[in-house]
Amino acid sequence: MIHYFEGQLGHIFVILSFVSSLLASYAFFKGRNQEESWSSFGSKVFFVHAISVIGIVGTLFYLINNHYFEYHYVYSHTSRLLPVHYQISSFWEGQEGSFLLWMFWNAVLGIILIKTNKFWKAPVMLFMSLTQMFLASMILGVVIFNIKIGSSPFLLLREVLDAPIFKTDPNFIPQDGNGLNPLLQNYWMVIHPPTLFLGFATTAIPFAYCLGGLLIGKNKEWIRPALPWAQFSALVLGVGILMGAYWAYETLNFGGYWNWDPVENAIYVPWLILIAAIHVMIAYKKSGSALKLSMILSVATFILVLYATFLTRSGILGNSSVHSFTDLGLSGQLLLYLLAFLVLSVVLISWRWKEIPATQKEVSTYSREFWIFMGAAILCFMGFQVLAGTSIPVYNSIADALGFNLNMAPSTDIYKAYSLPQLVLSIFLAILSGTGQFFWWKKMDKKKLKDELTFPFMISLGISALIIVFGKITEPAYLILLITSIYSIVANAKILVSITKSNFKLAGGSIAHIGIAMMLVGILFSSGYSKILSTNYTSMIWIKDQPTEFNQNNLLLFINEPRQMGEYSMVYKGIRKLTKEVGMVDQNVLENTFDPLKVVRTLNGQEDTLTLWSAENSYFEVEYYTEKGKQFTLYPRVQINETMNMTVYSPDIKRTIGADMYTHVRTFPQPTSEEDWSEPQEIKVAVGSNFFINDYVATLERLEPISQVNGNPLGENDVAVKAIINVQGEYQNYLSEPIFIIKDREFVGRVDDHVNDLAFQISIQNILPQENAVIFNTRTTQKDWIILQAVEKPWINLLWIGTFLLVLGLGIAINRRYSEFIKMRDKGVEA
Amino acid sequence: MKTKYIVSIIVIAVAVVIIMLMAGDASSYVTFKEAKELSTKGFKKSIHVVGQLTRSQQGEIVGIEESPDKLSFKFQMVDENGFIQQVFHANPIPTDFAKSEQVVIIGSYSEENFIAEKILLKCPSKYQEETELSAGI
Repeated sequence: MIHYFEGQLGHIFVILSFVSSLLASYAFFKGRNQEESWSSFGSKVFFVHAISVIGIVGTLFYLINNHYFEYHYVYSHTSRLLPVHYQISSFWEGQEGSFLLWMFWNAVLGIILIKTNKFWKAPVMLFMSLTQMFLASMILGVVIFNIKIGSSPFLLLREVLDAPIFKTDPNFIPQDGNGLNPLLQNYWMVIHPPTLFLGFATTAIPFAYCLGGLLIGKNKEWIRPALPWAQFSALVLGVGILMGAYWAYETLNFGGYWNWDPVENAIYVPWLILIAAIHVMIAYKKSGSALKLSMILSVATFILVLYATFLTRSGILGNSSVHSFTDLGLSGQLLLYLLAFLVLSVVLISWRWKEIPATQKEVSTYSREFWIFMGAAILCFMGFQVLAGTSIPVYNSIADALGFNLNMAPSTDIYKAYSLPQLVLSIFLAILSGTGQFFWWKKMDKKKLKDELTFPFMISLGISALIIVFGKITEPAYLILLITSIYSIVANAKILVSITKSNFKLAGGSIAHIGIAMMLVGILFSSGYSKILSTNYTSMIWIKDQPTEFNQNNLLLFINEPRQMGEYSMVYKGIRKLTKEVGMVDQNVLENTFDPLKVVRTLNGQEDTLTLWSAENSYFEVEYYTEKGKQFTLYPRVQINETMNMTVYSPDIKRTIGADMYTHVRTFPQPTSEEDWSEPQEIKVAVGSNFFINDYVATLERLEPISQVNGNPLGENDVAVKAIINVQGEYQNYLSEPIFIIKDREFVGRVDDHVNDLAFQISIQNILPQENAVIFNTRTTQKDWIILQAVEKPWINLLWIGTFLLVLGLGIAINRRYSEFIKMRDKGVEA
Repeated sequence: MKTKYIVSIIVIAVAVVIIMLMAGDASSYVTFKEAKELSTKGFKKSIHVVGQLTRSQQGEIVGIEESPDKLSFKFQMVDENGFIQQVFHANPIPTDFAKSEQVVIIGSYSEENFIAEKILLKCPSKYQEETELSAGI
């Protein structure tokens, strides 16, 4: 039975949220100059809006949680087996759901803004509501004059699909959904998108403060309340980006954390511009210069977030990215909004442009403003550099629209296109973030500068020299980046020490700068000096169809056969499944049941039922030994999703302080592929004697009559015997029990036994009672194997520690600016 | 005001340099014929070729050969000029490969074979794709 009511309820919430955001915008516009009746009416409407957004989220979750596969969104992104936390992740697999997530955060932020700031409520909430109207329209799903506005998550499957089945049975409901992309079934994917979208949503706040300020003629007062929000936004967005990088590092197998994919670039650019905006805003607060620049950069951050949305969701990247969402036919709508917000910003800024006094003062190179501007300029250059390359598909589209063919394709050399230019610009960033701090805290002249800088300069040269000698760094660009980053760390540390003595609340800047410089060093080493450990010194070729790179950089491990890799001896022990009860369990002792998550384990003749964390995941157990014995075990993973026809390998990482050892399986014999068995070999074995199967020593312990075969009792005239064979493997003994049956005293039946780890099959050909011996038939096949790659990532921990310091620094800075704002607000001088 | 002008000039200069570097680094979309000419001229950089998989008269995709270990595959691709070329890719067949309506390959010629380092797929919009899927339910 199709559940119509729930979908209709959801759609009513969507329409309500759109209409209420529109109405709230109007009310806040009317109330912009402290007209209390309008602005409190606007607040009430916004509350209704927030409730309807929660209603949409709740309804969609209800549909997903109850597996109503008659709904397209539920069918496309979820399945019956999906646990609750991944049901939540399915919200952001689809476009509609991720717009919803964005809206949700905006609604929450809107309520906070209404509650915390009475003076700015109306002008700021006007722009927040406009943003909400734009987002709500993206999931509106209404057709007016043949133009589709938005794509609703509450469409029925039959409304979307033109499948023949709906002609014969319009009430057809699929038994199960498509499931969630295996790549998204990861805990980082539960928390990374909400963080990122909270970052997206918060970029709207400085934007709203700036335009709201311009609208009511408070051309400069908006900066004080906007600054802590801009810092908060930079923190959240930065954490979101890094979480994405960490997810890629842990889950994807391209062997790194950043790939300069357009989807990554699209969020990296607004973050850089936001950081630049924060710097010029701080400069404005200190000295009253750079107001215009503060406006432009605050607004640009949000416009760039919209541009990122347009790039990743309009399908325009189709030829250049593997990650972009599929086109829902909303590109026109996205472009319209992007341009609308752009025009709105340009109009408001240029309207007030003349009123803003230009700085008449000559900017001296010894002033703090000069250094802040330089830093902001470098950040903008970095953003512009990435933006210019990422926008290539847009140039093509514009050229197409103008009637000529530009034929530009993104660069094929990622290092030259992004990494190298960013590295060069980072060098300047490191120098400026080190030196600029001295200008910020003290009045500088030539002599004083020399006094201040000599010490950190000498120290950093000394440290760098040591690292360069011991780390064998020769690449000139890396060399300079290393020296400048260490300089930045030392210089900022010096500042930190002197600030902490007076007031720790002011330490945010220097801590964040140390964080950034440490991140640069971490990136430099882990990417620039990542080293392949699994070099193939055997001169054997694993797979001849593969390019040389594959055969040189990977190692073939047969099950239970040790292979040397650097200081380690590695042994592949076989495929494991992860159970809730007892952790990793050998796949060979497990049997499937009707419930894909339940398996039966047979251990020492005992059977028990275990629960799997995921039916799709299998783990390759690889043990690492040194001369001192076993050191550690890694479990690189493979996920096989049959409905989506996807096989995804994920690494496992051995972490030490100095370096990560990143291992992932490149390939293994697919479970579906057929095994090639050798011709059967006959062997006569006396009971109690030893023999060889596939080069393993085996003992025929005894013969045992049995009364049932595979649970079926024997007939009156049937006889069955099983042979008990003990086989000595490399690490454990295996029991093999082939069965010989005589049915009705004449028909012979044989049940063979298969020892997977030792790659043989054995069956009883005949039993010779007079000789007390058995004739066995044995066949062998290739042993289980994996091809594995191990890469060393030196000092990657500096990247994560640096991130932590950056977050800490920003947190301290937010605290400082927020208490400033609260103090002024409570004094009643917020404008 | 003097510093202001100097700064503006530097900013513009850096921006111009960035744009020029970007344009110089950019690859281009070519046909197989042009790619072949470039390779015989000794041009070693990767280029993009846009095309489609070859189809039989019944509309089925033909010409995909998977290696026995499923780790690499070859396929036939027809470019915008209708030229058919065999392409080698040293990775397993990507998901939805056979459903793609357009394929972009990034790579270069190595003698007569085109080696694709990267394959980008343009799948038909999700709706059409699923029509196919559910027809098989």
